[in-house]
Amino acid sequence: MTTETHEPHSPGRLPDWAWYAGVPVAAVVWWLLYNQLIPFSEWMTSLFPVARDSHTGAAIAFFIYDVPKVLLLLTGIVFVTGVLRSWFSPEKTRAILAGKRQIWGYPLAAALGVLTPFCSCSSVPLFIGFVSAGIPLGVTFSFLIAGPMVGPVGLGLLYGLVGWQIATIYLVFGFTIATVAGVVLGRMGLERHLQDWVRELNAGPVDDLSAERLTLVDRLRIGVEQVREIVGKVWIWVLIGIGIGAVIHGYVPETMMLQIMGGEAWWSVPAAVVVGVPMYTNAAGVIPIVEALLGKGAALGTTLAFMMSVIALSLPEMIILKQVLTYRLIAIFLAVVAAGILATGFLFNFLL
Amino acid sequence: MKIVKVYGPGCKRCDKTEDMIKDAASRLGIEIDVVKVTDAKSIAMAGVLSTPGISVDGKLVHAGGLPNSEKIDIWLSA
Repeated sequence: MTTETHEPHSPGRLPDWAWYAGVPVAAVVWWLLYNQLIPFSEWMTSLFPVARDSHTGAAIAFFIYDVPKVLLLLTGIVFVTGVLRSWFSPEKTRAILAGKRQIWGYPLAAALGVLTPFCSCSSVPLFIGFVSAGIPLGVTFSFLIAGPMVGPVGLGLLYGLVGWQIATIYLVFGFTIATVAGVVLGRMGLERHLQDWVRELNAGPVDDLSAERLTLVDRLRIGVEQVREIVGKVWIWVLIGIGIGAVIHGYVPETMMLQIMGGEAWWSVPAAVVVGVPMYTNAAGVIPIVEALLGKGAALGTTLAFMMSVIALSLPEMIILKQVLTYRLIAIFLAVVAAGILATGFLFNFLL
Repeated sequence: MKIVKVYGPGCKRCDKTEDMIKDAASRLGIEIDVVKVTDAKSIAMAGVLSTPGISVDGKLVHAGGLPNSEKIDIWLSA
């Protein structure tokens, strides 16, 4: 899947009409393929010399069904998100948030965190840019937590693989944690724990880039570029995640799952967070695992806690943030977000 | 001689952006000096929130994502 060798700008030379015709055609083809997944996977599985209802048969069927399904969903979600996000930019978001010192700044920042395109490699300049523009630290954190936590890829896959109920619960609680964690961190007056040079910094006004007007075709092109880049980067995590999911689906007995991740075991929620934080993958890789865990009877709260800590709290991101935050601030940040995740986990295990 | 700065922590897209600019410059016959700015502090000070960012002779022209090749031509010829 190395798209690097291809001419990167070939879509740029397509005439506009090709885009207007091509995108709907691609959408129809996508829909037809998506509806053939079950017959296709059953047919493929039947080619293997194992019984369909054996452990191995179940694992193979899971894998063969999920790989095309996740890749199709991922392509669709990334394209649509890429197009929609072309209307947003970190610069615009900063301008919107700069004036918001009231409590509404937090949910607004969380919402913009979901809609604003940014990659983790630019989270440091983004962080500095926000803080130096006078956006409160807590509001900045709400933005930075919501971005990965309630990303469209995670939500879309959750919707496609597990169902709309769980996807909605995840959206509501992920959004709440991002907002509340920002408020709590904001109230703590943590500005003094920034690295010294960040506090002293006062970035100049941003040049107006609004001259970069985009046409609809430009936006569609951004969507396609996003698909190339993101699907090209995460497909390996998707395969690993589905592989683990397939093993769980085929081989792990339900009784064992109930002991480890059942609602009765109170310690399973903190354990899920402890396991989840160092796991470095992304939403696309973890949702197939979640699908298999829930299918085997793992408690919803425990599974949500696992998923949230894998997606929202990652060690590499902490290391990136080390450039601007002191260890003390990173520890507080981790503790507050982890507390929100634990609360969500316990709440659902208690309710269900 | 135009001074073109590419702001980015060294991700793949930043390298690609640099290549695109160099290609465009040699195609258009414009002499440029490409400077890569990789330090987070300097990136932020330049007003770049999303990388890669591009400035030409001190004026920021682009931030976030791969630039469009036709636009690079315009920025360089301006």
